[in-house]
Amino acid sequence: MSSIPDMMDVSIWRGDGTFGQFESFKVPAQESQTILDVVAWVQQNQDPTLTYRYACRVGMCGSCAMMVNGVPRWTCRTHVKKVLVNNNLEVGPLRNLPVIKDLATDMDPFFDKWVAAEGVHHPTKTRDAPIEPILPTNAGRVEASSGIECINCSVCYAACDTVANNPDYLGPAALQRAWTVYNDSKDANKQAVLDAVSGVGGCHNCHSQGSCTVHCPNGLNPMNAIAGLKRVTAMSFFKNGK
Amino acid sequence: MIRSHRTHTLWLAYILHRVSGLGLALFLPTHFYVLSLALTQPERLDGFLHFVEIPIVKVAEFGLVFLLAVHFFGGLRLMALEWLPWSANQKTLAAGAVAGAFLISTTFFLRAI
Ligand code: SF4
Ligand code: SF4
Ligand code: FES
Repeated sequence: MSSIPDMMDVSIWRGDGTFGQFESFKVPAQESQTILDVVAWVQQNQDPTLTYRYACRVGMCGSCAMMVNGVPRWTCRTHVKKVLVNNNLEVGPLRNLPVIKDLATDMDPFFDKWVAAEGVHHPTKTRDAPIEPILPTNAGRVEASSGIECINCSVCYAACDTVANNPDYLGPAALQRAWTVYNDSKDANKQAVLDAVSGVGGCHNCHSQGSCTVHCPNGLNPMNAIAGLKRVTAMSFFKNGK
Repeated sequence: MIRSHRTHTLWLAYILHRVSGLGLALFLPTHFYVLSLALTQPERLDGFLHFVEIPIVKVAEFGLVFLLAVHFFGGLRLMALEWLPWSANQKTLAAGAVAGAFLISTTFFLRAI
């Protein structure tokens, strides 16, 4: 098994927010190799100035997402053999976010929108109150649970054409978070959530194209969560006029 | 070329719905104009109705019916998708049932006429 491995042609985006182009590298193919392995190999063996971001390498931290052959993916858990086309790979920075350098994007707009979507807990009790039991089978809890495995990787955000066309749009992950908070029976300010998601950049911008749901590496369904927000905001509008 | 992040059924359904809507929007003014001829210039309407007998125009009519059907079901699909808090499986089953019923009923309808 000591044969010289075959070489793959890998194009990697180099540049900053204002200018850049793809640069070609030859990378040895290996068994069970991930896209992150490829990027790391280039950085360690060909060009130490290549910039990229990762932390956990096991699909938990959400920091390694990049565009791979035009599709947003978590690179630490994407196997090369699954995405290699004609021995070619193209790796670029996530779409819809400003590029800092090479493969590292500035994720601030993504996280700022989590806050703007009111994806924060509004407590009903003080820390001294006894813990209130919640049935896992309770309908609201089931809805809330469906979105909690989000790792903030921004893959859905990069996949969304509405984000691309409207910089104010809160995007799939933030809205899904708002839906989780809305369905949490321990949350005290549902109206704040409804107000936050029904504004200019809110849930009604979504065209239900479903790219978020198709590409979410954790198999979550932000499109479904956004449809939920569309229902409750419309209902609230007809009932209370807001 | 459709960019890779868009190559999935939901996006195709979305673009079909949009394009058929645009097609219908372009067709409607012509449609109203021709209808108005019945009131304003009946002779020209007759001339136009002869033109409609040409086979290629007949084929184009099928295109129109297709646009209408696609747009109609696209709308129903979207309303079901966004307004019914069903699970994905329930929606697939319901869509299958509607499509099946549509297929069977049109077959009978076409036989009847
Ligand atoms: S379903 Fe909505 S949020 Fe998801 S990708 Fe499409 S437009 Fe964006
Ligand atoms: S919803 Fe999925 S794709 Fe979007 S940030 Fe969360 S884990 Fe990533
Ligand atoms: S490195 Fe943490 S999710 Fe990929």
